[in-house]
Amino acid sequence: MIELTVNGEKRQTDVSPDMPLLWVLRDEFGITGPKYGCGIAQCGACTVHINGVAVRSCQARIGELGGAKVLTIEGLGAQSLHAVQRAWIDHQVPQCGYCQTGQIMQAAALLDKTPKPTDEDIDMAMSGNLCRCGTYVRIRAAIHAAAEKL
Amino acid sequence: MDHITNISRRAFLIGSAALAGGVAFGTWSFAQDAVTDVPNPLLPGLGPNAASFNPWVKISPDKITLITPHADVGQGVASAQAILIAEEMDLDLGQFDTEFGPPSAAYWNTGLVNEFVPFTETDRSPAAEAAREGARKYLKESGLQITGGSSTIPDSYEKLRMAGAVARETLKAAAAKRSGVTLAEIRTQSGQVILPDGTKIPYGQLAAEAAQLPPIQNVTLRAPSQWRLIGKPTERVDIRAKATGALKFGIDQTVDGMVFASVKLNPYKGGALTAFDAGKAGAMPGVKKVLQITNGVAVIASNSWYAMQAVDAVECTWAKGSYPAEQAEHWAAVEASFSPAKVDKEWRNEGDIAAALKDATVIDAEYRAPYVAHQPLEPLNAIAIVRDDAAEIWVGHQMPRIVQSMVATLTGLKPEQVVFHNQWSGGSFGHRLEFENVRTVIEIAKEMRGTPVKVVFSREEDFLQDFPRQIAMARNRGVVRDGKIIAADMHFASASAVRSQFGRLGMPSQGPDTQIPAGIWNMTYAIPNYRATTYAVEGVSPTSSWRSVGASTGGFFAECFIDELIHAAGLDPLKARIAMSTIDVYRKVLEAVGEMSDWKGPLGNGKGRGVAFMEAFGVPIAEVVEVSATDKGIKIDKIWIAAEVGKVVDPVNFENLVQGGVVWGLGHAINCELTYSQGAAQQTNYTSHEGMRMYQCPPIEVRGLENGADIHGIGEPPTAISPPALANAIFAATGRRLREMPFNKSIDFV
Repeated sequence: MIELTVNGEKRQTDVSPDMPLLWVLRDEFGITGPKYGCGIAQCGACTVHINGVAVRSCQARIGELGGAKVLTIEGLGAQSLHAVQRAWIDHQVPQCGYCQTGQIMQAAALLDKTPKPTDEDIDMAMSGNLCRCGTYVRIRAAIHAAAEKL
Repeated sequence: MDHITNISRRAFLIGSAALAGGVAFGTWSFAQDAVTDVPNPLLPGLGPNAASFNPWVKISPDKITLITPHADVGQGVASAQAILIAEEMDLDLGQFDTEFGPPSAAYWNTGLVNEFVPFTETDRSPAAEAAREGARKYLKESGLQITGGSSTIPDSYEKLRMAGAVARETLKAAAAKRSGVTLAEIRTQSGQVILPDGTKIPYGQLAAEAAQLPPIQNVTLRAPSQWRLIGKPTERVDIRAKATGALKFGIDQTVDGMVFASVKLNPYKGGALTAFDAGKAGAMPGVKKVLQITNGVAVIASNSWYAMQAVDAVECTWAKGSYPAEQAEHWAAVEASFSPAKVDKEWRNEGDIAAALKDATVIDAEYRAPYVAHQPLEPLNAIAIVRDDAAEIWVGHQMPRIVQSMVATLTGLKPEQVVFHNQWSGGSFGHRLEFENVRTVIEIAKEMRGTPVKVVFSREEDFLQDFPRQIAMARNRGVVRDGKIIAADMHFASASAVRSQFGRLGMPSQGPDTQIPAGIWNMTYAIPNYRATTYAVEGVSPTSSWRSVGASTGGFFAECFIDELIHAAGLDPLKARIAMSTIDVYRKVLEAVGEMSDWKGPLGNGKGRGVAFMEAFGVPIAEVVEVSATDKGIKIDKIWIAAEVGKVVDPVNFENLVQGGVVWGLGHAINCELTYSQGAAQQTNYTSHEGMRMYQCPPIEVRGLENGADIHGIGEPPTAISPPALANAIFAATGRRLREMPFNKSIDFV
């Protein structure tokens, strides 16, 4: 039995220790904000924070996460919307939206470390997150806007 | 497949031959088609004291629901459709819910008419109008409910405003009857009917009475000057849920008691499964069952990941499919198609092309466009439950009636016993016009009778089963003399995605494919000797519609070659295109990008600008790309793009969609191709088929023009115009002509 904290709640699971966190969240806990896109850390749609760090949850084996604190998009704005989420709404970033929960988690982690990022900082931090709809111009603008408000 | 059979008996008309035949044309009323022809599919499911005046509006005492039947695959059409209804109903944003609605012929797509008819948008000749009328009749009688071809806005623009106006007037009539005042004294605002004495009655409170009245069909639409929502920035109905993770895509849905499945199908598409060994897979954690299905196997497990791991471990032996095993053979088939016997159609032949080409200095060039995969980020998935007397399916799809009839056929049920729940889709780009997920989930659910089954394709399986964009080539010739383009002789050979796609549904196509000549049948430059010919490539991979369809290859072939001729004539690429424009409204699009980019000719210093212009899906669209040639490769610095659509319904969504279309077009043109080896796609994840990432995306300035009489959608055109604009910019910066996509085969990008 593996025990971890997800969005502030203690959760337990007895799945195979090899199972990626993504599939524990989605199919065992019913937390579907993190998305399956590629399964090999190429798209970033599954991004969550593990102990404060943005991580591709498709690569994090549950067996190694005993005691970890996991934050998903559902937890990020649980109290009130995070500045990044507000900026995403103001700039109407999403098209299909499938990648956006991962984009938002990645952007929130970027702003934790780099409160006033340049375009280059944003490109460096965000280029691992694919958006097939091509909302990159708006993502960049929304991150700058969120940085102003934080 | 009852209704598919009906459609196929009529044959699926994609060309002019069967259409431009002489159906009388006359005034055609959207309103009539919208509200009188097909029974309202919402009536059977209405609750007590609820009303529905037409297939787009449902009102109960506590809720107003607007039906937005065009599938939302990210292009924002749930919002766009709702805004059109809400405008006339005097509803504010936030006062209504939206639903995708059921499969029904009531939602037949009136907006695809122009895609069926090879006449330019501005052509109002009797032949053009007769062809359009024929296409309308066909689409209506077949009840083709489909999202695609940038047709949602043209389909909805008038029809859904009419639907909203009918609801408004019927609610007013109910209020008049109740209060005894005349209709003329009553007005509506913010979801309420307002009586002359100021009494406000919320629509919901009038639903029961309004339901007793025949809907008032004789309505007048609001003047554009009165619009509150249309043309103004509005917050999309799905934005908040997409920013909080609350929105459930098809892949996120759950049904009580559901099991999880994944599949492995023959990677040599269409080939059979000859043998399999599930010994190892069956013993893996979480696995409940291994099943043989048509051309593959499925694993049912307690978690999608267990299912994917186990299905990967099933050892399969496959038979060959029906297309060449190796990519080189596919190219050879395209090359061999430039022959008189393979002519699909000669679309235009103006002046004396043979005489003009006798000129000693004929310029000729060969262009290539590869297969490309769709690969929206949400992989193929579906949930279904099959019972003895009913089936239910949850899947994001662009052809609801065909999903319904396919499920009926596969289960032996009647279409009316099949309930289809359309879903928000994590992208499509044409992928959600296909049926591998529908077929497989039903085959599995039949074996698991009574148990809901969710199937999720792994990314690799999704790539392997993707029917890609058409492979195509062009062999173009032209002549310039005295600073003018004297002749252009355009020859395109292409697989027919539309024929392949509808062929898989048993809906044979008739007539030449109007998508293959995109960019040349509708080229609007004044070129005195001009010919446009297409050749159908057969015996290659099955293909499917990929964002912008024929224009995604044709735009590149046409506009790069025109650019070659313009440069050979010593002309400025933008000024020459403006000078050759034969349609005023189209010329203004070119002038707009000139103004936006402050075009002044060559930039020097390793920088270059390219321009491209075409009509795609009835939309004249122009783009300027600016690049720098750096030590490490080409850097895209800035993009300006303008399109004429008649009316921009929502400027924010419009800008987002245009920017996204540019990114889609450029990303794939730069680094994506799908190739075959031993019959299987060699690219099976984003590592080898990447598209554009953030670091490559420049600022993209967008302008929507409203000078034209026709209303158009904008999902497809920006994708088509971007590759030639980039290639032309790279020529301007480096002197190198890129005649084959993906461009990174011949030049590096940073």
